[in-house]
Amino acid sequence: MDEIRLLAPTAILGYGFPLSSFQRGMEEKPHLIGVDAGSTDPGPYYLGKGKSFTDRVSVKRDLEIIMEASSAAGIPVVIGSAGGSGGQAHVDWNLEIVEEVAREKRLSFTLARIDAEFSPDLVLQKLAAGDVAPLPGVPPLTAEDVLGSTCIVGQMGIEPLQEALRQGADLVVAGRAYDPVCFAALPIIKGFDPALALHLGKILECAAIASTPGSGRDCMLGILRRDHFLIRPLDPLRRCTPESVAAHSLYEKADPFHLRGPGGTLDLTDTRYEQLDAQTVTVSGTRFQESPYTVKLEGARRVGFRSVCIAGSRDPVMIGQIQEITAGVRDSVANNFEKLQKNYFLHFHLYGLHGVMGELEPLNRTPHELGIIIECVAPSQEEANTILSFARSTMLHYGFPGRISTAGNLAFPYSPSDFEAGEVFEFSIYHLLKNIDPLQSFPLQIKKV
Amino acid sequence: MMKTTTRAKLTDIAGVIRSKNAGPYELTFDIIFHSDYLFSAVVRGGSLTKELFARLYRVPEEKIYAVIPYPPAKAIKVTMERLRPSGSLGETDVYGAQQHGPLLELLVSLAPAEEV
Repeated sequence: MDEIRLLAPTAILGYGFPLSSFQRGMEEKPHLIGVDAGSTDPGPYYLGKGKSFTDRVSVKRDLEIIMEASSAAGIPVVIGSAGGSGGQAHVDWNLEIVEEVAREKRLSFTLARIDAEFSPDLVLQKLAAGDVAPLPGVPPLTAEDVLGSTCIVGQMGIEPLQEALRQGADLVVAGRAYDPVCFAALPIIKGFDPALALHLGKILECAAIASTPGSGRDCMLGILRRDHFLIRPLDPLRRCTPESVAAHSLYEKADPFHLRGPGGTLDLTDTRYEQLDAQTVTVSGTRFQESPYTVKLEGARRVGFRSVCIAGSRDPVMIGQIQEITAGVRDSVANNFEKLQKNYFLHFHLYGLHGVMGELEPLNRTPHELGIIIECVAPSQEEANTILSFARSTMLHYGFPGRISTAGNLAFPYSPSDFEAGEVFEFSIYHLLKNIDPLQSFPLQIKKV
Repeated sequence: MMKTTTRAKLTDIAGVIRSKNAGPYELTFDIIFHSDYLFSAVVRGGSLTKELFARLYRVPEEKIYAVIPYPPAKAIKVTMERLRPSGSLGETDVYGAQQHGPLLELLVSLAPAEEV
């Protein structure tokens, strides 16, 4: 085998892609279709709650096209970080859609499921053994963090996916996985250079984002050879350039030269990017530095329930004293609900002042109008509603020095003014697990569909 | 002949100025310059430092992890610790995609190349 061709339809399963680009990709006779479905970007809610951040109808649309084409071509499909966060509930959700498509399209194949959820017991055991280390900016893990988490996942490397492919899987639905592995697992089985395979996977997992104009909703083709790979978009309106491909290793990474993964670091210091033709870039020179195997753990815990109120002010006297007024509203709430002993989070987002940047905002200009979101997070939805309602009505009628507009301080765009936002989660675990088996921690199940 | 260092507005010499999460605990900034020359001149000019970012974002200097020039993309990357993990109580920007504002007003030094 001199080259292996890998097709990336979309940056996230459910983001969509033009059918014409996908068909152009299939005409290149790819050996594998890969889709990374995951990200921590949408925040802790989806991991903690066991929900996908992508829409079911959109995911099904992508899967129908991918599964029919792969079935006809007889090539495997590998989905990484299924359901967005890759926990058990997320894999269940994705598998249900896969099986629905298989039934409706009368497709028959070997289906592999790889789980990536870690039991609190295992993590506690590893914690006690000193095998858990925090990532930069993260406090050391405590037993309380572990026990409070509603979902803990570990990022798998290539090994569990390779095992599934060796056992004849046509479609692999994997839980949380290191982004490039859904593309890199197969080429590395075939003896291709792991450094190039992982680097190519790193680019392909974002589909056409590394082209120009970039898009996560369009297809990209990777052609891996012995000492280099080619990368090109499948839409004639896009092209890869050395800069567009090189710039991709900046995206959402802390260090563009060193990309850390489960068994080592991808070293891009000596990587070369050359324009091959109008659309294609050749990449070579990437190295892989092995290091002791680690698995990155992600966990989230529930912190309470949220209610929000959206309002605005167009009153210069009020806007000029907004800090004093919000402080006054806080005091009033604390006074009225002494029994709750401030066991709630009351916050005023002030758009026009520092709503977007918070404490990082360097400017201090007085706007002519102010957007206000009052939010309350409390142990129960009822308490959150109560506190928010009290804070809102207190702010609406708050008396302040020089007040001219005595009928009400807030403009509400909606009735009702308050919304229940439901459960609130936060990241509780973002740590590396050491001395861990790359294969056994990620159980594999295979069945015929 | 004396070569002089000039100053330029970042928005005049860079086509991409962006911020984004690098995982839930880090915020990363990418500045991609219009040309190799401008990239090199800014790197030589030495304006973009940890100290500058600490001042701009009003955080202690040790929270700015690294300033990394990246020649293949004519880019300078700066990574800092997030104030709080993405999505925690008090969050204003879950994706971290709108924290680039203070860079848009910035003036940086352009140092000429050394004579060979």
